[in-house]
Amino acid sequence: MERHILHVDCNAFYASVEQQRRPELRDKPIAVCGSQEERHGIVLTASYPAKRRGVKTGMAIWQARQYCPELIVVPSDMRAYMRISRLARDIYERYTDLVEPFGLDEVWLDVTGSTELFGSAMKIAEDISEAVKFELGITVSIGVSDNKITAKLGSDYKKPDAITRIEKDNYTDIVYPLPVEDLLYVGSATSRKLRSIGISTIGDLAECPVEILTRKLGKMGAILHMFANGRDISPVQRTDHVPNIKSVGNSATTPRDLICDDDVHLMLFLLAESVASRMRELVSRCTVVEVYIRDTELNSFCRQRKLQTPTCSSSEIANIAFDLFRKNYHWDKPVRSIGVRGSGLVTADAGVQLSLYADAIKRDKWERIDTAVDELRERYGYMSVRRALTLADPLLGAINPKDDHTVHPVGYFGG
Amino acid sequence: MRRQEQREKRYVPVQVRFDTEGNMRPMIIEFDEAHAYTIDKVTDKCRAACQRVGGVGIRYTCMIQGQETYLWFEENRWFVEAKQ
Repeated sequence: MERHILHVDCNAFYASVEQQRRPELRDKPIAVCGSQEERHGIVLTASYPAKRRGVKTGMAIWQARQYCPELIVVPSDMRAYMRISRLARDIYERYTDLVEPFGLDEVWLDVTGSTELFGSAMKIAEDISEAVKFELGITVSIGVSDNKITAKLGSDYKKPDAITRIEKDNYTDIVYPLPVEDLLYVGSATSRKLRSIGISTIGDLAECPVEILTRKLGKMGAILHMFANGRDISPVQRTDHVPNIKSVGNSATTPRDLICDDDVHLMLFLLAESVASRMRELVSRCTVVEVYIRDTELNSFCRQRKLQTPTCSSSEIANIAFDLFRKNYHWDKPVRSIGVRGSGLVTADAGVQLSLYADAIKRDKWERIDTAVDELRERYGYMSVRRALTLADPLLGAINPKDDHTVHPVGYFGG
Repeated sequence: MRRQEQREKRYVPVQVRFDTEGNMRPMIIEFDEAHAYTIDKVTDKCRAACQRVGGVGIRYTCMIQGQETYLWFEENRWFVEAKQ
């Protein structure tokens, strides 16, 4: 049976919410930024007038000001955005219970079973667009199709405040000329590989023999080939509003650039301590350790390693992260931001498969030491007990990543 | 054409009656020291964005001395679009 899938994208979401509640900001170039400080602050969302001037998500504030000197910088208020996101979800749920959020501002809806009640998928899209405008004062772009991937292409196709239907009759006309990067899951690495074999549009990808793609990209090649042909069978997954925590991560843009292994070693220990401590709060351990690095040119990468045995020991996490870093970073540039994440969380009280060789007693000791440190800090403050290592550099060592810094939700590493 | 008057978002104290079902009915808007307005009738209640002064909440359409006016309930506070 043909499905009816909508992808709803709230246009310039954070900026639109700010402009709704502060009418004086409307039609002005504004940027909602994470932190006002020039060094740390990056643009989270730019309003359309700012976008037209070249301001993009992810730019540093000073960079954005070079494109648009009269840019109005607005600090972010996540609580307000979550409220509006929740109210938008209430609207979607009038039409279907199959609602899959993709971040705060995007959502897929499966309205296949709702068309008898509410009219065609296009009619539902129009109703949703009107309701969001009237009730929340912001605009949405909606893609209407028979699968999630194409629906998303539809919502990206025309912005803001638009509805685009892409189905079999007009699929090649609309989708084939689009650049291949518009397809979900084609990031910069995949894009380079595809362009190296002469594939620059989604049409090229769709018409390329799948064998060539699998040779170049592995099994992802076959998946992308299906996507490019508008064949995506993945269901709209009803997701709980409060997602289960699958990973715990912490990252920091350091007060000065990191220039040597020792600097990174220190930071990884600080971050690992906060990550391990939060895992213990959640009574969980991780089975995968990830490290995230961004250099001064803002190139970034992350590397991960699966563990033999789940852990919440800060030393173990830090040492694995440091090893990953040393194997993968060659110091072409100083490091600006660094992050550690424990993912593949399992509950700490579940049974653990002990390794024949690994030293379980030692690990247990370290975890108990970590717990003792948690308790000391709880009672006497974060600085009451510290690793000697953190005294090696007073500036870096004084950071308290657990309480001072942004805690990134799942998906920060693109996971 | 009449020029649109400048309005501002003004949070106001409101006397409210709760019925046994838990429904709220705003009764009196205490606009300022000198002015309290009795709401004669609520003709409509819906979720709406207030585009004029900014805000998102439940909009009560109120009849006060024959005049229609909006009263908004936004995150446990009441506001009106007050003339500046």
